[in-house]
Amino acid sequence: MKKILSIALVAVMVLGLFAGCNTANNNTGNGSGEVTIKVAAIETAYGSEMWKKVCDAFTAETGIKVELTTDKKLEEVIGPQIQAGKYPDVVHLATGRPAALTEQLIKANGLHELTNVLNMKVPGEDKKVSDKIAGGFTDTSLTNPYADGKTYMAPMFYSPCGLFYNAKLFEAKGWKVPATWDEMWELGEKAKAEGIALFTYPTAGYYDAFMYALMYSVGGTEFFEKATHYAEGVWDTPEAQKMFEILDKLAKYTHEKTPAQANNQDFTKNQLMVMKDEALFMPNGTWIVGEMAEAQKTLTNEFAWGMTALPAVSADGSGYSYTWFEQAWIPAGSAHKAEAEQFVAFLYSDKAVEIFAAAGAMQPVLGIADKLEGDNKLFYSIYDNGAKAAMGNFAAFNAIPDVEVSKVFFEPIDKLVAGSLTIEQYIANIKTASDLMRANLKA
Amino acid sequence: MILGGSDTVAATRFFGKVLSLVQARLDGGKHFTHTAKELVSMRKNSKRTAFLWLCVAPAVILFVLFMVIPTFNVFRLSMFEKGMFTDEKFIWFDNFQTLLNSPAFIRSMQNTLLLIVVITLITMSSALVLAGILTREKLRGQNFFRVIFYIPNILSVVVISGIFSAIYDADHGLLNSFLNLFGAESVLWKGESHIIISIVIAMVWQAVGYYMVMYMASMSAVPQSLYESSGLDGAGRITQFFQITLPLIWTNIRTTLTFFIISTINMAFLFVNAMVGSSGGVADASKVTLIYMFDMKNQGLYGYSMAVGVVIFLVSFALSALVNKFTEREVLEY
Repeated sequence: MKKILSIALVAVMVLGLFAGCNTANNNTGNGSGEVTIKVAAIETAYGSEMWKKVCDAFTAETGIKVELTTDKKLEEVIGPQIQAGKYPDVVHLATGRPAALTEQLIKANGLHELTNVLNMKVPGEDKKVSDKIAGGFTDTSLTNPYADGKTYMAPMFYSPCGLFYNAKLFEAKGWKVPATWDEMWELGEKAKAEGIALFTYPTAGYYDAFMYALMYSVGGTEFFEKATHYAEGVWDTPEAQKMFEILDKLAKYTHEKTPAQANNQDFTKNQLMVMKDEALFMPNGTWIVGEMAEAQKTLTNEFAWGMTALPAVSADGSGYSYTWFEQAWIPAGSAHKAEAEQFVAFLYSDKAVEIFAAAGAMQPVLGIADKLEGDNKLFYSIYDNGAKAAMGNFAAFNAIPDVEVSKVFFEPIDKLVAGSLTIEQYIANIKTASDLMRANLKA
Repeated sequence: MILGGSDTVAATRFFGKVLSLVQARLDGGKHFTHTAKELVSMRKNSKRTAFLWLCVAPAVILFVLFMVIPTFNVFRLSMFEKGMFTDEKFIWFDNFQTLLNSPAFIRSMQNTLLLIVVITLITMSSALVLAGILTREKLRGQNFFRVIFYIPNILSVVVISGIFSAIYDADHGLLNSFLNLFGAESVLWKGESHIIISIVIAMVWQAVGYYMVMYMASMSAVPQSLYESSGLDGAGRITQFFQITLPLIWTNIRTTLTFFIISTINMAFLFVNAMVGSSGGVADASKVTLIYMFDMKNQGLYGYSMAVGVVIFLVSFALSALVNKFTEREVLEY
């Protein structure tokens, strides 16, 4: 009897082993003919509540049920699922994240084309999707990764990026926010006399938006396109020379503590330097207000956020502000593409836009400016005040060991500031890497 | 499916254990001869064996599933070109060729080895000295020190990196305030030129207490009479430490040394990741091989990063073997 009991116990143990392997994976087609689509969205500073509301609104409008997954590290949740062949139907996950899941799908041609969605009617409304999305948002490599005029990713939550500063400090000192780089350097000297550095940055990764806007301001769209597609000889052009000159000079005006704090753990210390009047400007995005809200309460000096576009190269040039935005897409392996397309279209409906805006996430639709309040009103009006919008990013190329956009273009800025890399070495590295990237461009 | 670097290290450790078990069994083989009485109860025994097999089955299955197969896959994948969602392409040893020509990889390997050597030397020697003092000397509050030294070991790496972020702060940090007290200039502890030193300090601080407690345990087992008689012969405390304490706890030192070297490969990854991360100029200066491997995986170079994993696997295996070989001494008993 004892023996039987022990054998039974062991059997239970062994069975227990396999229990974990059997997860239910049949969530679709639950008998009544209804379709359930799986939506996966990254949870960012905006929270996940708005996604729940939008999904509910979508179900109420179309009758299609939604199974929602949100996570702060979404790629760790859906990455293994996708590898196992279980695809979500709609994913909201931007490019430019460290785990680079979206980029890897782009490289593997794993996205469903969304050009049709642009011509679809928004569920519950008469307007087409393309009539609602603001101009320019579906023209860049961020939505059309293969540069063939076909859209694979839908533009989501946008945010103007620029240089952030303490508006109160400028008021008190009677300084004018510089409109050109020459004025910038003049201000740098003035600030230096008062013991304030001209510039700092949270981490060198923040140079992405900065450098894109700088490319536009030195050479306009033409130079930007050439540079982001690694055109032959592009780094020898006068525009590129001007860009490197500005980067080099700015590195010399950057607070010396910056690189030592430019890591994931200490980057808020760099942001605090701007708030504590130790440095004047830093490149950032509108999320900074929420991110530093707690720290702002502890400040002893007068402080109010100010934001300006990148200064113009010459007096008759124009300032640029990079428009950062996220992306939503449908995996090519989705089982319910038609319903997924409807969901993507619904993201631009008045209802969805309103729900998102209430959480602070601004959809790139026409007329959004009327829905803004407070600091956001100031930030989002940057384009109304003469700054031009810069959009796009470096073109995708097949992965090469040791050659990656951020490592080649942005991260060495730390070394420029610390003085362990000269601008000549920096340019030489860019040229070598550019040749490799061009050779491996996605056709 | 994919084996991470930490698994590789764990696997190395496990195989070491399995090998020593097999050895022990071979040495003691004579105990397995059966007497006549035992042969009679063979039938009973075979049932017993089946039962034992059932008992170990879960562990064996788990081990094969999560250790053997992934390890095999690391070696297999290292000869393929593969992205997260792209198909595999067999390319022989191309990955290794690229790897050995990559300055970034070589640099990360140098950093790893530097950290292993420096941290092992400092941690082991200071743990031994501290343990020696705490067991041999009559100190007030001995247990208090024991607890204090051990605390860092129960903190998570994230907490430790938070503590050190405050200690290393450029303006208000403990270290710089201390330096300023003596008129020295502030140092950017987390800047490119000092980051390795800063990581070494944090890692030694974290590990020293654990090993100290381990050595204290074996040191207190050394008979008091040996110290008394050597004291009569005129041996001082330092002589006693080197002539009596060290040789008698040598087996313990040997084992901990091997474990420590392997765990440093892992811990260096965790510490660098928490304190610096993987992007930026400082990260470039403090990059260790496991971070490099992770970076390459994120770029979508799965095969290539597995090749890095294979190199780490082999290096940690070789290191353990070397350490084992060079610390071999006649075992002293008391």
